[in-house]
Amino acid sequence: MLNQLTISELAAKLAKREVSAREATQSCLDQIARVDGKIHAFISHDATDALAQADAADQLLSQGGSGTSRPLLGVPVAIKDVLAVKNQPLNCGSKILGNFISPYDATVIEKLKAAGAIVFGRLNMDEFAMGSSTENSAFGITRNPWDAERIPGGSSGGSAAAVAADECLAALGSDTGGSIRQPAALCGCVGLKPTYGRVSRYGLVAFASSLDQIGTFTKDVRDAATMLGVIAGHDLRDSTSVPQPVPDYSAALTGSEPDGPSIKGLKLGLPKEYLIGGLDAEVKAAVDAAVKQFEKLGAEIVEISLPHTDYAIATYYIVATAEASANLARFDGIRYGARVDGADPIELYSKTRGAGFGAEVKRRIILGTYVLSSGYYDAYYLRAQKVRTLIRGDFLKAFEKVDAIVTPTSPTAAFKIGEKSDDPLQMYLSDIFTISCNLAGICGISVPCGFTQNPKLPIGLQLLGKPFGEETLLKIARTYEMNTLWHKQKPAV
Amino acid sequence: MAAPEIDIKYVAHLARLHLTDDEEKKLGAQLDGILGYIEKLKELDVTGVEPTAHAVPMVNVTRADEIRPSLPHDDALRNAPKQANGLFIVPKIVE
Repeated sequence: MLNQLTISELAAKLAKREVSAREATQSCLDQIARVDGKIHAFISHDATDALAQADAADQLLSQGGSGTSRPLLGVPVAIKDVLAVKNQPLNCGSKILGNFISPYDATVIEKLKAAGAIVFGRLNMDEFAMGSSTENSAFGITRNPWDAERIPGGSSGGSAAAVAADECLAALGSDTGGSIRQPAALCGCVGLKPTYGRVSRYGLVAFASSLDQIGTFTKDVRDAATMLGVIAGHDLRDSTSVPQPVPDYSAALTGSEPDGPSIKGLKLGLPKEYLIGGLDAEVKAAVDAAVKQFEKLGAEIVEISLPHTDYAIATYYIVATAEASANLARFDGIRYGARVDGADPIELYSKTRGAGFGAEVKRRIILGTYVLSSGYYDAYYLRAQKVRTLIRGDFLKAFEKVDAIVTPTSPTAAFKIGEKSDDPLQMYLSDIFTISCNLAGICGISVPCGFTQNPKLPIGLQLLGKPFGEETLLKIARTYEMNTLWHKQKPAV
Repeated sequence: MAAPEIDIKYVAHLARLHLTDDEEKKLGAQLDGILGYIEKLKELDVTGVEPTAHAVPMVNVTRADEIRPSLPHDDALRNAPKQANGLFIVPKIVE
């Protein structure tokens, strides 16, 4: 079952020519055929193209190509439907893009291909990445591989479910307020949101430009390091990407098998504001146990304060919707996507957008337009940007004392389909632990840290790191997973 | 705290977003709830605090003004809902 392997396991077998890239790709396609009717992680996938890429990879492998120059040679990686892959459909989980076919590759896709990956599939998501449950897709809901009656989280629910159900070896997603870390937690895989500016966003459909970041879904932390090493780096086509060298993330994890790299003496902060009322008892117990584990591994636990935590969600829903209302103005039926005709351009725009966008996207466009409108800008948008400064300040101050911050990823395990879909505010509140990270522009990772008992559902542990502190974050996460092995458990799909 | 009244019709017009009567009604109630929640930001004193537009302190990022390869004309038009003579077709704007 090659589809069940991690990237590093498959890469080792490919390098030794024990298996072929075609066999690995075929095993993912077989798994999709077997389980995706139930899970619906993929909107679509192009099997012919994936196998053609696999054959090309096998050609290179037979010529001895692998290893450092192409760390993903022959590895099947699936893509969230928000990233442009040349000559493949791009819909962002929305009707409004019609039959859009990407005319170019996103920078991260170019990099994956250059690293030898087999780039395939369009993974389901909340429309324009707006949501926490993948119930807002125009292409139907995605189900949690651990319990088909439950949501996989969102907005990158398809990415998380596909990795958890072994339909691919790894996946890309995007994270604006938790859209990688929360679904990774609810599906039981590793989700990494790099620092703002670490990864180029050229070819990522923009939701909220000051918050969006591309990141990875993998089966373990070592694979997250491999993937980040491939996609990170400065890009002239994204003026917000940062010209800072990319460290060797994988090298930071090696050295002291079998217990993982040493975290002795590292200081981990526990924010006292994160003990909120809505925190599920089993989630709390799992995170408490993880904290004890860190202590056992030699880390020092320090209580810290992030005093503006309670204002993060309100700040986020002003900043994110304001930016979304501007970014989504481009979907007007003129240059691409679906069009509903009108007597004049304004009627055409209005009808096209009314017919093309779903309910959550409309809600956020209206809210964002309102907070930016004349007379309200100072009271909402400008004030939110100032509160954002305070929230970022909380983190920078905390990082003077600690190397990373430990929190739950989500206050509860996966909730039931339909449970929160009529109450947008309740849905927004489920992002309480992930949202601040994007406002502060720091990095974060979610790793499996246990299960609820009945039903058995994964629980995620979130580690937050300093800006460009991915190495430290990955090291802590890797040491934790090697000593707990929660990530080895698989759902019965 | 009381949320301000939101004029959905006016905002929808600004957003160039057609809403049905049902959508207007449902959105109005939901947005009242969300705006009521957002009011909590007014509790904070932000006097003298600089706004954060985005988290990385980079300004005026430029690149060399050089001709580079760009999207070919046909590729740019490939996804157009209506096109003719190498152009996007739109409704008449000037009488």
